[in-house]
Amino acid sequence: MSGTDVLRDPGQRAVFCGLTGIVWLHRKIEDAFFLVVGSRTCAHLIQSAAGVMIFAEPRFATAIIEERDLAGMADANEELDRVVDRLLERRPEIKLLFLVGSCPSEVIKLDLSRAALRLSTKHQGRARVLNYSGSGIETTFTQGEDACLASIVPELPADKSDAPSLIVAGALADVVEDQFARLFAQIGIEKVAFVPARAAALETPVGPNTRFLLAQPFLTETARALESRGAAQIAAPFPLGAEGTAAWFHAAAAAFCIKPDVVDAAIELPRARAVKALARYRAELAGKSLWFFADSQLEVPLARFLSRECGMRPAEVATPYLNQRLLAAELELLGDVPVHEAPDLERQLDRAKAARPDITVCGLGLANPLEALGLTTKWSIELVFSPIHGFEQAGDLAELFARPLDRAMRLAV
Amino acid sequence: MELTLWTYEGPPHIGAMRVATAMRNVHYVLHAPQGDTYADLLFTMIERRDKRPPVTYTTFQARDLGADTAELFKNAAREAVERYDPALLLVGASCTAELIQDDPGGLAAALGLDVPVVPLELPAYSKKENWGAAETFYRIVRGLCANAPRPELSGEGRKTANILGATALGFRHRDDLKEIHSILDALGIGINVVAPWEASPADITRLPEADFNIVLYPEVARTAADWLKREFGQPMTSAVPIGVGATRDFIEEVAALAGVDPTPALSHSNLPWYSRSVDSTYLTGKRVFVFGDATHVIAAARVATEEFGFTLAGIGTYSRELAREVRAVAKQHGLEALIADDHLAVEEAIRAASPELVLGTQMERHIAKRLGIACAVISAPVHVQDFPARHSPQMGFEGANVLWDSWVHPLVMGLEEHLLTMFRDDVEFHDRAGPSHLGAEHKASDLAQEAIADEPEPQNDNVALWEPEAEKELSKIPFFVRGKARRNTEAFANERGVSRITLDTLYEAKAHYGR
Repeated sequence: MSGTDVLRDPGQRAVFCGLTGIVWLHRKIEDAFFLVVGSRTCAHLIQSAAGVMIFAEPRFATAIIEERDLAGMADANEELDRVVDRLLERRPEIKLLFLVGSCPSEVIKLDLSRAALRLSTKHQGRARVLNYSGSGIETTFTQGEDACLASIVPELPADKSDAPSLIVAGALADVVEDQFARLFAQIGIEKVAFVPARAAALETPVGPNTRFLLAQPFLTETARALESRGAAQIAAPFPLGAEGTAAWFHAAAAAFCIKPDVVDAAIELPRARAVKALARYRAELAGKSLWFFADSQLEVPLARFLSRECGMRPAEVATPYLNQRLLAAELELLGDVPVHEAPDLERQLDRAKAARPDITVCGLGLANPLEALGLTTKWSIELVFSPIHGFEQAGDLAELFARPLDRAMRLAV
Repeated sequence: MELTLWTYEGPPHIGAMRVATAMRNVHYVLHAPQGDTYADLLFTMIERRDKRPPVTYTTFQARDLGADTAELFKNAAREAVERYDPALLLVGASCTAELIQDDPGGLAAALGLDVPVVPLELPAYSKKENWGAAETFYRIVRGLCANAPRPELSGEGRKTANILGATALGFRHRDDLKEIHSILDALGIGINVVAPWEASPADITRLPEADFNIVLYPEVARTAADWLKREFGQPMTSAVPIGVGATRDFIEEVAALAGVDPTPALSHSNLPWYSRSVDSTYLTGKRVFVFGDATHVIAAARVATEEFGFTLAGIGTYSRELAREVRAVAKQHGLEALIADDHLAVEEAIRAASPELVLGTQMERHIAKRLGIACAVISAPVHVQDFPARHSPQMGFEGANVLWDSWVHPLVMGLEEHLLTMFRDDVEFHDRAGPSHLGAEHKASDLAQEAIADEPEPQNDNVALWEPEAEKELSKIPFFVRGKARRNTEAFANERGVSRITLDTLYEAKAHYGR
């Protein structure tokens, strides 16, 4: 590894659990419903995160474990079946149901994978039932998406054709997905599929002729699941910024034996646009110090983009989990910046308050308290909820960081 | 197992957090898995507080379960006391920690910390948020006052009262307190302690010195007030001053407890005149469905019928602790009260009652949207928009003014929507161009189509033509910024003499102008 130290100081963590992934996954996978099996805390978390949107019909819910369920396992399974029956009756359009494990369901060892098999059989032809864990004890924030996609992969049909195909893994904004699909077509990669697929999540074929590219850095288990289906990973930096996106497409093309000049021709215009769009924000961001609290695993690629393409100075980069294999290309580009893996919250706050960075990227539990201390913050969850990937979004991504600084300059009260 | 789309209350440890966050010099060590820190956001985002809640979480993970989670808790407690030096330490468990049975109370006692510790037993699988708040407040009061001497009340001089029940994340608690303060000022009654709102543990120990207690929010304060009555003989109020009539009752009750004349506090509200003015005649007999916590529901039922002239079409609460009181009100109106925390049961009851107005919580906004019924929020749970910047009480005479405006507001819009239904082919006020910013029957997709349809025609002839592919791409941009993107792209094309707008032109312009 290239001059990057990984520092560990475990302690209190202020992060979301993987259940939060439901908030964006249920918008992306249109025919799916997410049923959390957990406690009132789990239900409360999801509605606190998503509840400001007013839904006529939300595509997620919680089966809340009650005292009598804790008494005996057999009861809990019967109860779960009853809840699923009621749900599918109410929502006939649902084709795919995820049973999402939580801390309570895992601590009491409720076997949701067996429940998913049982319910899939019972509702055969009507709905498929899958299972993954979004619990806080197992997953941090975006790892919920990883666990969800990893549960989809074994269900995908086998690709029996000889033609090589490409899978792009990671939920992307629809507009970004369309841009990427067009560029792959121009480069000459014919068979490209996205996981998760918008409508029919379980219809993307996968097999030994499949190559896959990760669009998101937090897909450790998804990558493993794809590899176990025979697919091979294409190592690349992540498509954030002009540099990252160009390298990502080049890596894909190389894996399909397409010459670099073909790629350069295809991406010439959008790359030039990205560089141009970034120039206006570089002026505002260059030289500013940057601080990341651990949140989504996007921290390392973002720090790489902001330092190399916007001239910012990363003072501390923390990430909830560091997969050095998936991030090898990123760490190489980031260079000599220490990366903290899941550091203790209180001690990191002490360091941030002493360092007083120009921009602190942190969760919403910390953002307003830090603003009140005079630090400018960028709340990190927005980076997961916004189209930030690809050439056309490079300027938007930089703007997300320029905006809090711009605001601090404008406000006269 | 209970299928829950929305939950009216959080788990009981959220109630404990609401009490701890409301107070000063208190710290709460919560044995909880990684991820339960989401609760901080309720306070920093929804209530927009400028400090982190005074809560240390142990944030254990799966790998800790095999090891010593009790040790993790002890370290967290020790470090929290060292760092924050609180005057009172609360310790407890969240739902998952309850399952692993580490006994935070016993562990904290064994640590021999140099600070009073109140252990909280909050059964997460049978009780909920308000119960947790009430129990926590009661445990704190009992823990700090149990050995206090019963004060000798002389019966002479100015009487004082405690104001009990206001917490962090309470619906309009901040502004209600201001109204109660001004009522007590007008009556010449002293305020001994306000709690838990901004009270320190030292303030709590002074609770027995008051002549009586004002129970502002029974869901939170009644358990503690009952205990104070038993231990120290302090009487408590029963009227909750929401609405003009209830505020008058409250003032008379408080004045009687203090032995003073109520008249100076009986000031003015605009509600009675607004309600009598002819503009309000159309409100008569409007059918209203009321749901929320028991206190706000009981108050709203009275205000709706006696002060707005509505007809009560349905009433219910999720507060099982005060179900009896709500049933009594329902009976007066010839109704059966709905006591439920099942959002689907509430939806069914509203559908069956088919009211013209729903007075409820954030959850009833979802139902009302689905059923296309006007709706106003009267009770927690609420979201960020119901922690407003402006003074916005529910209690007292100013509170009555606020109730008037906020309940009538969606109905005026409702009337407009009825006109739309009657004349739906009107060229201007057609179905999809409805005026309601409340969006009762609007879908974003409708608005999106409308935004496309309503784009102004090109102003002059040299505006470039859109390629279908570019036009399609444009439609993927959210409707509220689409107009701007279209204008920018056309201006960009004009400046460069481009005659056909392609995908690339669209993005060239985007790169040129930024967002």
